[in-house]
Amino acid sequence: MASAHKQPNYIGVFWWLLALTVIEVAVIFLPIARLLIGILLVGLALSKASLVAMYFMHLKFEARTLGLIAMTPLLLCVLFFLALLPDLSAIPHRTTESPQVSATPH
Amino acid sequence: MSQVAAITTAVEPVESPLTPESWGKLGMWVFLAADGMSFGGLLAGYGALRYGSADWPVPAGVLGIGLTAFMTFLLICSSVTMVLALAAIQRGDLRGLRTFLLLTILSGLMFLGMQAYEWSHLIHRGLTLTSNPFGARLFGTTFFIITGFHGAHVTGGVIYLSCYLVRALLGRMSQANANAIEIAALYWHFVDLVWILVFTFVYLL
Repeated sequence: MASAHKQPNYIGVFWWLLALTVIEVAVIFLPIARLLIGILLVGLALSKASLVAMYFMHLKFEARTLGLIAMTPLLLCVLFFLALLPDLSAIPHRTTESPQVSATPH
Repeated sequence: MSQVAAITTAVEPVESPLTPESWGKLGMWVFLAADGMSFGGLLAGYGALRYGSADWPVPAGVLGIGLTAFMTFLLICSSVTMVLALAAIQRGDLRGLRTFLLLTILSGLMFLGMQAYEWSHLIHRGLTLTSNPFGARLFGTTFFIITGFHGAHVTGGVIYLSCYLVRALLGRMSQANANAIEIAALYWHFVDLVWILVFTFVYLL
């Protein structure tokens, strides 16, 4: 039971979340490769989401099965994206060509 | 049949290994997992559309990062006041419950007000569900659908918590209702958690 455990340091978690948010906003202005910025941002977002789930939602103190239930949407989201990728890769990069085609008189 | 009945009788009284004191909490977790899949589908669709687009604008160049960073801060604060409301009712402090519930609701309302301001500002600049002067048309579509879906969740959360606040003000809440507040808190934290992901994927990336 979540209420039976010792209460976590909620204010400490708040400061961590605040610090990670400030770092996130700062990261987008870093003069580094876009891919690296993306990796950093996803890592920071997942860290923040984990802090909320583990301490505010008390997942750290719950049965492991609840953690598995909570993880399911994240895994499915990655699966959705990967399932869509082949379709998108199959489309030749169309939008760059289309304005010229439509501008040509027939 | 009698054997089945005997087995059922023998099994039923055993408490769930998941949440012995609260089937409601398990129900909320299952709902949140399903709801998380809705958001997951939207974010995966967003990622796929963006990946497949040649003229997707850089969000930071179109959307107000300062304002939304403050909105993120606001939701994080509301999560803290929510856990403090739960801690208050668990120790029987009804005044603390009322105060922290009110603060959580006010944070939610402020968030919604800021979202309305952001939307009206963007619509004024020409970004709508069907048009985007900054590049790919679907940028506007995905932006309004994802943030709108999240805003609807915040609205639902504000109504949900307001019901408990009214009950608390009428003196109909006690330490015995801590479990109900814990379940409501799970929903509110989920709304915060999803916003953390929306903020990163839709605004910052």
